Amino acid sequence: MDILWNSLREIITPTTAAYALAAIGLNVHFGFTGLLNFGQAGFVAVGAYGFAIAVMTFGLSTPLAIAVTMLLAAGYALLLGVPTLRLRADYLAIVTIAAAEIIRFGLNSSAFAQWTGGANGLYNEYSDWLKSSNPYPSGTLTLGPWTFTSNDLWIATVDWIVVAAVAGGIYLLVNSPWGRVLKGIREDEHAMLSLGKNVNLYKLQALVIGGLIGALAGILYVQPTSVQPFDFGTRMTFNMYTMLILGGAATVFGPVLGSMIFWVVMRFTDELVGLGVQAGLFDNVTQGSQLRFVLVGVALVLLVVFRPQGILGNRTELTFDAR
Amino acid sequence: MIARKALALLALLTVILLPSPASAAPGDEWGFRGLLRDGERQPVSGAVVEIRDGGTTVGTDTTDEKGRWEIIPVDGPGTYTIAIDTTTATGHFAGDSYQVEKELVESPTTLPVLNVVVSTTESSAPVASFGDRLAQRAVSGLNLGLLIAIAAIGLSLVFGTSRFTNFAHGESVTFGGLMGFVLAHLAGLPLLAAAAIATVLGAAFGWSQDVVFWRPLRRRGVSLITLMIASIGISMAIRSLMQFLFGNAARGMTTETWGTITLGPVVLPATSYAGMAISVVVLVAVGLWLTRSRIGKATRAISNNTALAATSGVDVDRITRIVWTLAGALAALSGVLLGVFNQVSFDMGFNLLLLMFAGVILGGLGTAFGTLAGSIVVGVCTEVLVLWVPADMKYVGGLAVLVIVLLVRPQGIFGRRERIG
Repeated sequence: MDILWNSLREIITPTTAAYALAAIGLNVHFGFTGLLNFGQAGFVAVGAYGFAIAVMTFGLSTPLAIAVTMLLAAGYALLLGVPTLRLRADYLAIVTIAAAEIIRFGLNSSAFAQWTGGANGLYNEYSDWLKSSNPYPSGTLTLGPWTFTSNDLWIATVDWIVVAAVAGGIYLLVNSPWGRVLKGIREDEHAMLSLGKNVNLYKLQALVIGGLIGALAGILYVQPTSVQPFDFGTRMTFNMYTMLILGGAATVFGPVLGSMIFWVVMRFTDELVGLGVQAGLFDNVTQGSQLRFVLVGVALVLLVVFRPQGILGNRTELTFDAR
Repeated sequence: MIARKALALLALLTVILLPSPASAAPGDEWGFRGLLRDGERQPVSGAVVEIRDGGTTVGTDTTDEKGRWEIIPVDGPGTYTIAIDTTTATGHFAGDSYQVEKELVESPTTLPVLNVVVSTTESSAPVASFGDRLAQRAVSGLNLGLLIAIAAIGLSLVFGTSRFTNFAHGESVTFGGLMGFVLAHLAGLPLLAAAAIATVLGAAFGWSQDVVFWRPLRRRGVSLITLMIASIGISMAIRSLMQFLFGNAARGMTTETWGTITLGPVVLPATSYAGMAISVVVLVAVGLWLTRSRIGKATRAISNNTALAATSGVDVDRITRIVWTLAGALAALSGVLLGVFNQVSFDMGFNLLLLMFAGVILGGLGTAFGTLAGSIVVGVCTEVLVLWVPADMKYVGGLAVLVIVLLVRPQGIFGRRERIG
């Protein structure tokens, strides 16, 4: 029973919120515009490291650090988008995954360790502003069957407010004329071209907006913890694809629902692996947890083949026929 | 004398540290054990390893003939200095001292296997001339480039016949590497026999991928994007399974040693030259197969125009399956050679995949000879870059080539100037 409650707790944790937000960004790329971004983890890394370094190394105030991070993320999106968006879908996929890995190798490297901490990452000395504005009483708080530390609950609250605000903004955007052009590009690029729309410009705008949301997710992601370079591997992006397709791509709440289900299931299987370790089935938790990612990969294949619309999506809308 | 100099130029001491235990349960002891090797990946024996906490010495040990030292216990997590004194050690760098600072972190989520490279800049070892180092790196790069080419030609052929970028191709490379490890290291087969068997197993792996995943998906008529997402799902599943079975550590492919060969300033293990020779033979064979044989011609016909090939009597399904099988075999061979060139690890193929992409796109998507040239350029770039950037950044060079090519000449060196948008 504890296992079940512990798992359901994941619905509101900051990690779930951060992943939901990054998946919303990915949804702007993939779900609405049909851009195959295989490197969303790169945007998240830019957000996490950009913010942490701006605060810790350059001593910027929090709003300024967020602004600088957003500028960085926008620049990164332009760098990726300008050369590749005019090419076939494969090229964007390859370049985004390669760029995300370049970023991860760079962050992990000893070459920039004085700023990035190299393979050790960065300790959390950048979220004081958030923790100092905590209105909840200190100590542990009980919420239904779960207990949280005061800080965790406050960070979760802020995160979910941000997710709700961004999701609302996306709802307005995709139902605007601009959003209809994006969907038009996803369905038939040439039709939009013949209507006189500057397709590449729209794609670039979508790439930047989704990237900014990803970077914002990166800032949220590292608030409760430290910054670790290995978190931002390709697995992060592919987890997001699983969430997105599970919840329903091209829907506003699909990525949020997908992230919640994903993390509840991950936590649940994690607890099962814990039991397996106790029973002597695995050598240790780390080894056992690799098996869970085998399941994630298999789930992704099955979802995209048999139920590409996920839970909330509309099958007729999502045939993924972008070139 | 030249050999000595060239070894000194690479005088990197690689220290693989295994803080023990993996996840510290209460009552377990903390400590460092490890493996000391030189730039040629040869074990350094007889070196004195000393762990210091600030100014105080916590413990010492001497490396054995395999370069290993036993657990030196420390009090707990924290930053320690590992000092290595090679006065009594075998090898050319005897007398130098090296120091590494390493932090022992309490973490339940990561295996505490740390790779540390102590470079000669921290020692008084003589440094070879720039030209010598460049030559050494360039030949290493050629070796890497040929490995990339073998695997990348498979990727390119699959792209031509199945029309999508297979992100799971790296896992076929890892499969070959792991099979080679199992056969050569665990079963103790001779390296060449292990390589041959691993290649055959890789062919079976490629064939079964087509049977299990890709042929059913082709039958369903799913779109390009669905195929690519399915391939990353498969990649993730296979990679995680390999991580589960093999663990996080990088290991040597074989205990067999073939010695080193010295050519001018270039000192490489004999296995590297053997690997390059095998690569060249295989690449020529694939080239002849593509241009001369019926099936090779059919493969190219499908790449050019699938519908036309089908109406001309080519059995597209059969040729596609042959291509998947061949791609699996080539990838597995590349994996074995890469395991000998570097080491075997669960993500070796995935890292190579990104270099393969760079090679394929640099050469021009879908051109076999472009892929060969592009791969060699990427391999040489990757290795030569180590002269200027830290070794843990070396893959960045190959990937940067990829981005630059797309900016300047997206059709690649040999690609036809056509609309690829």
